[in-house]
Amino acid sequence: MSKSRVSRRQFLNYTLMGVGGFMASGMLMPMIRFAVDPVLEAGAAGDYIPTSQKVSELTEEPVRVDFTYDQVDGWYESEVTGTAWVYKEGNQIVALSPVCKHLGCTVNWASDKEHPHQFYCPCHGGRYEKNGKNVPGTPPTGPLDEFDVKEQDGLLYLGAAKPNTLV
Amino acid sequence: MLNRIYDWVDERLDITPIWRDIADHEVPEHVNPAHHFSAFIYCFGGLTFFVTVIQILSGMFLTMYYTPDIENAWKSVYYLQNEVAFGEIVRGMHHWGASLVIVMMFLHTLRVFFTGSYKKPRELNWIVGVLIFVVMLGLGFTGYLLPWDMKALFATKVGIEIAASVPFIGEWIKVLLAGDSVILGAQTLTRFFAIHVFFLPAALLALLAAHFIMIRRQGISGPL
Repeated sequence: MSKSRVSRRQFLNYTLMGVGGFMASGMLMPMIRFAVDPVLEAGAAGDYIPTSQKVSELTEEPVRVDFTYDQVDGWYESEVTGTAWVYKEGNQIVALSPVCKHLGCTVNWASDKEHPHQFYCPCHGGRYEKNGKNVPGTPPTGPLDEFDVKEQDGLLYLGAAKPNTLV
Repeated sequence: MLNRIYDWVDERLDITPIWRDIADHEVPEHVNPAHHFSAFIYCFGGLTFFVTVIQILSGMFLTMYYTPDIENAWKSVYYLQNEVAFGEIVRGMHHWGASLVIVMMFLHTLRVFFTGSYKKPRELNWIVGVLIFVVMLGLGFTGYLLPWDMKALFATKVGIEIAASVPFIGEWIKVLLAGDSVILGAQTLTRFFAIHVFFLPAALLALLAAHFIMIRRQGISGPL
């Protein structure tokens, strides 16, 4: 016999704690897994979405391109409209996301009269250069996101948004 | 009649010590506005609780009409405000009370700070108070989305971006709140509703209980 014998009281304590812990985790585990499901769900790979923008009509001046796609939000499916600012840099097509990197408002090209060659966010005056680089001294902390692009049958196709590669 | 009912119950269950313990306690002179008018600053904690009770009651009644679904949320709010008798009042109580709670809580915090009431032995109660403050802000943030109008949607977009800017775990917090990594939609609304109506109120009630038990245990802090 070892010196530290387990007393009846300790034995009961351990048993009750063990059973209680087992029951508690049996209740909590399904609920917590249920709540964090969106975090663990694998993100779907982005497909290219066709737009009505003809690639041949793109210039060096950014134009607003709206595109629609089917979106599945849990049990709710809908057609949503997205926006990109698209221009040509030489032969390369650049499509920038209009979502401001400060707090997620929507930026516009040349909407601020004092800065006609920049993207401007009306919420807090954030500005970006044409390649999406945020202007120092304005609120945004990073450059605008960039869409993957491809050309098919003369039309512009947009892929997933990714961190800016031009800056 | 009421007395006899009370006596009948008290004889069997001895309930007098229970309510005495809760309600029968000394209010020191320095916190009684009847003695010093400036003692009204000690009312803000109680006022916060009073408005909180209104929030809980009006919120309970609002859920009789409100639907946490993106197709119907706005319509149900419109209906309960414009078609239901006193809907404007009940929603108004919840709407204005939400701001009032924050104001009262802030004034209460200032009083506790400037009377030095947070000092030993009341540090724990200050910490619980700060947690209550956080829960209240959470209630304000999650409740703001529920009418599902443009203001609510974009305020929540911005709020979730702020949450996402937390170092390392920001992205997880964002998905946990929104229910999806990119969409702010149907799943966000149901989540915010659940958080607003069940999770945060439960946390709030537990924290308030701790807050009040500690006050009764330690008494009201002494005069300046």
